[in-house]
Amino acid sequence: MILTTVNDSTSPNFLTGYRDAHLVQGVIKQIHQRITQPWTIMEICGGQTHAIMQYGLDQLLPAEIELVHGPGCPVCVTSLELIDQALWIAQQPDVIFTTFGDMLRVPGSNGDLFSVRAAGAQVRVVYSPMDAVKIAQENPDKQVVFFAIGFETTAPANAMSVLQAEKIGLENFSILPANVLVPPAMHAILSSPENRIQGFLAAGHVCAVMGYWEYPPIAEKYQIPITVTGFEPLDLLNGILHTVIMLEEGRTEVENAYTRVVSYEGNQSAQQLINRVFQTVDRNWRGIGAIPKSGYGLHEAYKHYDASMKFHSTGIQTEESPLCIAGQVLQGLKKPYECPAFGTQCTPQSPLGAPMVSSEGACAAYYRFGRKTK
Amino acid sequence: MCLGIPGKIISIYEEHGTRMANIDFGGVSREACVEVVPEAKPGDWTIVHAGFALNLLSEEEAQETLEILSEMARLAEQDDLDHGE
Repeated sequence: MILTTVNDSTSPNFLTGYRDAHLVQGVIKQIHQRITQPWTIMEICGGQTHAIMQYGLDQLLPAEIELVHGPGCPVCVTSLELIDQALWIAQQPDVIFTTFGDMLRVPGSNGDLFSVRAAGAQVRVVYSPMDAVKIAQENPDKQVVFFAIGFETTAPANAMSVLQAEKIGLENFSILPANVLVPPAMHAILSSPENRIQGFLAAGHVCAVMGYWEYPPIAEKYQIPITVTGFEPLDLLNGILHTVIMLEEGRTEVENAYTRVVSYEGNQSAQQLINRVFQTVDRNWRGIGAIPKSGYGLHEAYKHYDASMKFHSTGIQTEESPLCIAGQVLQGLKKPYECPAFGTQCTPQSPLGAPMVSSEGACAAYYRFGRKTK
Repeated sequence: MCLGIPGKIISIYEEHGTRMANIDFGGVSREACVEVVPEAKPGDWTIVHAGFALNLLSEEEAQETLEILSEMARLAEQDDLDHGE
């Protein structure tokens, strides 16, 4: 049922302007003019890490700025236990296992979803969790499972898939809940005795959903400035400039450099949707360990959509590669090129750890964009 | 993973009681769920992630930020000239 229609396709200045070379140079100049001492800034989101490398922004910044890459790569931090559960569920008879494409090559204790598919399992890549619901509708004689990974950005879509399955009355649909949350990870990083982060770029699309009301207490508790930052070159540099100015002025506030998408309150309909379906649970982060209240699990009322209960897939013994230093990379303690396996035993074609797999992993970014030494 | 693509809403419809939209991404049209942006209407810009509209994109805010940054670029150049670079 079409309700209303409009037809017009253009790429307006308010989008393309955020890649304008002249403006980029202007902001870089400002950063050079404002900075007087070294600062270590973490961009939490892996998408931002890749954009920084892709546009070579790290090479345009003053030497005083060290960008440290955060754990904001869901593919990288999804625990080995959950990957192994996914591999086990995908191999059960009459299961269609659906997932975002990034997850296929993530190494489990024994193989990955690619190898499981090659051995005959039905593993299908979907663009949206809603597509997994459609697959369940079209295959009533199969059990369709969706691997519900992601940060707060993906949580509304994951929640919607459960509600949609309930609305249609599907009994052959379930999700493997693996959502993780940004603020608890920031607490974990900042309270580590090894922490050296002095400023944060908060992930713009997480904040599109959640707003940034959760961040002022973090800024105050750890005395650290935080800037909500977008993904285009100009957005990233503007976020860095805001953070540098706050650092230089000794301010520990939260500023928004992505106002065209993010408001303080965030999208409240989306937050209601998340809270209806999910509750916060403790979650293991790959390479980092357990972080309290750092994930979304299903509410009691929706537990029958939990694939790990439906398939009794918990309690698998896991085994991590002894060479991989992903945990230290994800916490900003080491750079990818400091790993002895980087680019030799560990490459995107044959990854030992998840950060070498994902289109957002720091190791993959360093490999792809040629940051092979300091 | 948290990739969000800006697109322009072409039309809005319902599927199983859920608000969906056809969205134009620079010439490519795809469907996305607009359930959590109840104020969305055709012609609006939105940020879509995993087939799900996260929020509307404010053209005014986008333009305003660009103007501030343009002014900043102008001042930075002026500063360079004043210092004889």
